[in-house]
Amino acid sequence: MIRRSLGLFIGLFLLILAVGAVLGVPFTTARLLEAAAYALIALGLNIQWGYGGLFNFGIMGFMMLGGFAVTFISYPVNPEFWGSDGPWMLGRALLAFAFGALLVFGARKSTRLGIRGGWHVALTILAWFTAYVIYRSQIDPAAAYIESSAGFVGGLGAHPVLGWLFGGVLAAAIAYIVGKICLGLRTDYLAIATIGISEIIRALIKNMDWLTRGTLTVSPVPWPSPLAQDYMAEGYGDTASLLLSRGGFLALVLLVLAIVFVLIERAYGGPWGRMMRAIRDNHIAAASMGKNVTARQLEIFIFGSVLMGIGGAILVSFVQIHDPSSYQPINHTFLIWVMVIVGGAGNNWGALLGAIGIYFVWMISEPLARAIFELVSYVSTWAGIGPIPEIESRSAQMRVFVLGVVISVALRYAPRGLIPEYAGPRARN
Amino acid sequence: MSELVFFFNQVVIAGAVLGSVYALGAIGVTLIFGILRFAHFAHGDMMTMGAFVAFILAVGAGALGIQTPIATGFIVLPLAMVIAAVLALGIDKGFYAPLRRRGARPVTLLIASIGVTLMIQGLLRLFFGTGTYSFFDTQPKTIFRIDTSAIGSTRPLVVTEPQIMLILLTIVVVVALHFFLTRSRLGKAMRAMADNPDLAQVSGINTQLVVRVTWIIAGSLACAAGTMLALDVTLKPDLAFNILLPIFAAAIVGGLGQAYGAIAGGFLIGFAETLAVFNWTLVLRPLRDVLPEWLELPNNLALVPTEYKLTVAFVILVITLLVRPTGIFKGAST
Repeated sequence: MIRRSLGLFIGLFLLILAVGAVLGVPFTTARLLEAAAYALIALGLNIQWGYGGLFNFGIMGFMMLGGFAVTFISYPVNPEFWGSDGPWMLGRALLAFAFGALLVFGARKSTRLGIRGGWHVALTILAWFTAYVIYRSQIDPAAAYIESSAGFVGGLGAHPVLGWLFGGVLAAAIAYIVGKICLGLRTDYLAIATIGISEIIRALIKNMDWLTRGTLTVSPVPWPSPLAQDYMAEGYGDTASLLLSRGGFLALVLLVLAIVFVLIERAYGGPWGRMMRAIRDNHIAAASMGKNVTARQLEIFIFGSVLMGIGGAILVSFVQIHDPSSYQPINHTFLIWVMVIVGGAGNNWGALLGAIGIYFVWMISEPLARAIFELVSYVSTWAGIGPIPEIESRSAQMRVFVLGVVISVALRYAPRGLIPEYAGPRARN
Repeated sequence: MSELVFFFNQVVIAGAVLGSVYALGAIGVTLIFGILRFAHFAHGDMMTMGAFVAFILAVGAGALGIQTPIATGFIVLPLAMVIAAVLALGIDKGFYAPLRRRGARPVTLLIASIGVTLMIQGLLRLFFGTGTYSFFDTQPKTIFRIDTSAIGSTRPLVVTEPQIMLILLTIVVVVALHFFLTRSRLGKAMRAMADNPDLAQVSGINTQLVVRVTWIIAGSLACAAGTMLALDVTLKPDLAFNILLPIFAAAIVGGLGQAYGAIAGGFLIGFAETLAVFNWTLVLRPLRDVLPEWLELPNNLALVPTEYKLTVAFVILVITLLVRPTGIFKGAST
């Protein structure tokens, strides 16, 4: 077991070295950094799916929340917004929101006043509708005003690491709501409900132009460590400063990853991890042993989502641009599922290996496909058939196909992943 | 009366068209769930794949110089549906059947269907790039403008040829499905297997055949829905991925595993989406003089802004899951 894992990790290391030799060290450092952020997210999914058996297809939504959070916290302050009537109008919208929430809460609790049955349902619907209308009547003018006068809210100008933390907090808050709504559902329903909620989050972040600038994108989001330009200003060479800056960021991300890894590995080995596995494998038996299944599942769902939020925040602060329209379920939700399934659900080393390995496969399948297409195109031109049109855009799509093949092969021949879960001498079948 | 015709154009026709597409897709999803017990995520891509099969056939027919009075896309549709059914059987044999034989849990099949989604999507984008295609490059799209001045309206009633065909096709499919499920031996076997697979098997039902028939129905209906959608709007490799989620919403709202529920859910979601983004100001305009002064009509009186149209389906989905998780027609909930 140990030998197999070691062999796989050495193989991964050699793959990274090979990529570095062919495509350059700065490129590889950047990919490694992104892979580390994805590893954080994959560990989050591993907690949810591997430890707890919870289906979460809404990873993209939590990553978007993290991305928004880091942009909001670390982007420079927009004085035009703070000097205008914007904050005042937003405050009123917030009050309207609170009032609406109170109204809905009151309608839900109206059974205590003796309102029951159909009347209760009617009252609840009416309260929701009134709350929605009141909120819309305040937020719409505020949004229009901010968009026309200041562009968007801007940021708070704080340190990006604070933004990462806030990403985790925001993801946790939303995960609490999502978990409260959805966790009573079975796997398939849970998958579809979470995917629906992540689409709602995407639609909101994409279209709330006053808050996120939407499709206009926000850039540059600042880095937590010095940028390449800073090193250049100090007189370093181009490549050296690129390496120094990316190396600094990479060290920071690896530190975060290492801390998280140690913590969740310890949690997995401890009583908490055993309890979670018991709930996953037989929640009825676990409940009869006095475990509060619903609360524990909510807890694990939130923990996993926090890691997803932090990972999404790191990715946005690395690429320095927050572009809500760049998020796709394939690139964000499904990619991470492939990472965890191929690596080995329920095993943190497996999730780590899967995340970094699959991310590199994902990244290099495009240049590889391009090379193959160019070769085929060369042959076909020589044979008189003519070249393949649009090689650039086609090879970019190749990686989606490769990802599909990888997961299909993995499910068929290694259904428990490359480094399967190991829970004592008697492994789960 | 102009307002009424406008309402008809914007809500009744658009909602019926959208609802038909959702219903045709949701029938496949719900049948697969009923028989095989997993949410088939590759269904949206099977729709797109079917649409591309029809597109290739139509282009091929055009290249052979075949001229048809109605759009070639409809003429080749039966053939495309057969090809799509064969492809669906092939996908089942290649990717799902081995997992089922191993006795994998439905969750594994769900993840496998994501692998299939990625592969189909990758292949489609590989061969067709990311551009958009139209069935009506060489043929004109017939648009019927029905004069409604008889009832005092200044606007015509606008409906296109693909829209009429889509609604007709949906009616035919629904009636055919009803008779298949209630009258034929195989249809009854399917319902029996959906209710209790073990009991169905011991009572001598050929479950392998039922599974195959399920894939044939799901694949051909997915092809029909995709082609109709492509005929109504345009054909893109990611055509149905966005529509997959409303289809799931429709299937769940109707009750997973319930064919009639899927149809009802499809139309419910379709009309809810169009009604939610409909701008009521345009219909209420004649009341402008009657209304008191303090109640002035705003310019846009839609329930949700247009860009949130797709989220309407999810909101309905979430409410359904909260209030009645088994859907309107009590669906399967293993």
